Amino acid sequence: MRVDIFLLIILMAAAIWTVMTRSLLRSAIGLALSSVILAMLMYRLGAKLAAVVELSVCAGLIPVIFVSTISLTEPLTHKEVLQQMKQRLRRFYALPIMVIALGIILSLLRFPPPVTGISAEGIKDAPSVLWNLRQIDLLGQVVIILCGVFGVVILLKEEFKQ
Amino acid sequence: MNLFWLYCLFIILLFFSGLYCIFFTYNLIRALIGFELLIKAVTLLLVLAGNTNHQLALAQGYVLTLIVIEVAIIAVAVGIVIGLHQHHQSLDTRQLRQLKG
Amino acid sequence: MPALFILIPLLSLMLLNLPFGLMRRLIYGWGILLCLAQFFSVIYLPLGLWGRDLGVLAPFFKLDLGVDNFTRLMLICIGIVSFTAIFLVRYLILEEGKRFNFLSLLFLALIGLNGVVLVEDIFSLYVFLEVVTVCSFIIIAFSRRPDALEGAFKYVILSGIGSMMLLAAIALIFIFSGSTNFIELSAAVKALPHNWLMNFALALFLSGLLIKSGMVPFHGWLADAYTAAGPVGSIFLAGIITKTVGIYALMRVVIAVFGFSAGLIQVLLFVGALSIVVGALLALAQDDFKRMLAYSSISQVGYILLGFGCGSAFGFIAACFHLFNHAIFKSLLFVNSAALEQSTGSRDMRSMGGLAQKMPFTGITSIIGALSAAGLPPLAGFWSKLLIILALWFSGHFLYAAIAVIASLLTLSYMLSMQRKVFFGELAIGMENIREARFGLLFPAILLALIIVLIGVSAPFWIKL
Repeated sequence: MRVDIFLLIILMAAAIWTVMTRSLLRSAIGLALSSVILAMLMYRLGAKLAAVVELSVCAGLIPVIFVSTISLTEPLTHKEVLQQMKQRLRRFYALPIMVIALGIILSLLRFPPPVTGISAEGIKDAPSVLWNLRQIDLLGQVVIILCGVFGVVILLKEEFKQ
Repeated sequence: MNLFWLYCLFIILLFFSGLYCIFFTYNLIRALIGFELLIKAVTLLLVLAGNTNHQLALAQGYVLTLIVIEVAIIAVAVGIVIGLHQHHQSLDTRQLRQLKG
Repeated sequence: MPALFILIPLLSLMLLNLPFGLMRRLIYGWGILLCLAQFFSVIYLPLGLWGRDLGVLAPFFKLDLGVDNFTRLMLICIGIVSFTAIFLVRYLILEEGKRFNFLSLLFLALIGLNGVVLVEDIFSLYVFLEVVTVCSFIIIAFSRRPDALEGAFKYVILSGIGSMMLLAAIALIFIFSGSTNFIELSAAVKALPHNWLMNFALALFLSGLLIKSGMVPFHGWLADAYTAAGPVGSIFLAGIITKTVGIYALMRVVIAVFGFSAGLIQVLLFVGALSIVVGALLALAQDDFKRMLAYSSISQVGYILLGFGCGSAFGFIAACFHLFNHAIFKSLLFVNSAALEQSTGSRDMRSMGGLAQKMPFTGITSIIGALSAAGLPPLAGFWSKLLIILALWFSGHFLYAAIAVIASLLTLSYMLSMQRKVFFGELAIGMENIREARFGLLFPAILLALIIVLIGVSAPFWIKL
């Protein structure tokens, strides 16, 4: 339980750093960091395969896509960015205090977990679930990958020609 | 207070920080990063749900599908952002005044 | 058998994208053939054939897809609007290379739409919903003009928020049920009627889908997206995508999983009525033809929601009929706007006038579409609006019935003012050299107008009140 609280607080810190930081590049790196911590949390909750895929895709592929678009496009000039950041940071001094207070209040109340009458049976590993039970989702994945490919081809083709 | 509601609290905070990032920014790529944070919050919620009702295999199937969908959306959105940059030479949302509303 | 609606377009898309020169010429004819096949097979195939599995392919594809009458209606709508859109690609998109890409995109969107209406599982519904959404991003941004890219980006962000709320609702309901199948989910919902987490999931789910269907107050993206899309793109978007992704998904899940409760009925009726009124008022104030049609779409889909929100079977049937009619007349109006844009080169209604002398067919079909939207007898729109108002009256929501009647007067006013500004009156300056649109643009318009007239005139014979 304590490990979970620790990881969750670090996740929130990484997310807030991602939102508030001045440069876009650091924001993308913050996103990768949040994905790494999210993968650790998923492993703790028991989703081992999904944690590994999340690590490789969302902490690897997607930040690479973001960093490459950031390098292809120019960010705002530094001064304007600094001004906006200062204005926004002022509103956030109260946030950590609120979260801690909320956490203390909520820990004193007693919320029962949601009741589920579901026993731990059924198929036990994710790949066989995907291939046996959820073939329609696999078909959907194939179609959406095709959509993504067509999208990239249609939207980006001429840039590379020029 | 047990584990489930603790995770829920942080998922809600993550969701709201993603929404904040989308709406209070002047940069298009930052809006996409905020959208990514939203997807992470929902991914965590899915795995939490799978943990609670002991259907972890099914939940992992959902998460894998969601990750594929996420990559496709980001790929197309990045294409749109690069196209916008080609036209306006900047990624400032205040420059996008072509459409009214 | 229902899986063929997804598998055949997918397989043909993959085959047609092989790098043989012959394939590029085949895609257009094959697309039209597919849509016609979809339309006719839904109407004419005997019911026994639907339940059969794929025969020799059955061990490879274990797809649980279900077809009921609502699905068949949606498949017919998808077939008609896709036929219109694919037919017009040849006449409205003038560069050969772009035509092929756009047709492949329309194929993908067709696969996604068929998937949305055929699945029996809420997560698969989400997956195919995202397929359609991603295709519509690309459709809007296809011309790569700055306003198209801007509209597409707004749509990406707002629709993405809606999708994530929908998925969060799915995850919350998943806690209570062992899978995301409609049958098991509805059993789980019935077992726990007053759980606050379930109600919160329902609220999240409604918000997500109302964002995606462009209802007030989440309608900010719709006008920009419809105006910025190209001519064929806006026909496809307005004619079928927003309705399937938003309203069909909402109706299907409410019926199959949640069931009606008093609070849900009130929310649906309120949002529907608000959308009708706000959409109509905003449409009155527009000078851009397409923007006015976009706000009119918000208003008409509000009618569908109002009819559905009655909670009765009668209201549901009225809503489905209005959904079908809206697909037809809105596609017709957008086809006419494409014809106008191609002939006159602009979409501003203030610069047009008296075009009925120069473009008679466009004018006549436009009048038929506009009057059907306004609900004038004997056109089809009149019957569906009458059924919605009657459904509201019979379930006791008298105030909402009154709002529906008053709003249809508003609809009549903006539609007629559009007709007057564009087609009637004196010929405007600069419009002397306008010719009628090409036959390729007129053919779908005439076809759709004929469907409206036929259904409207024959309606008293098959509606049993």
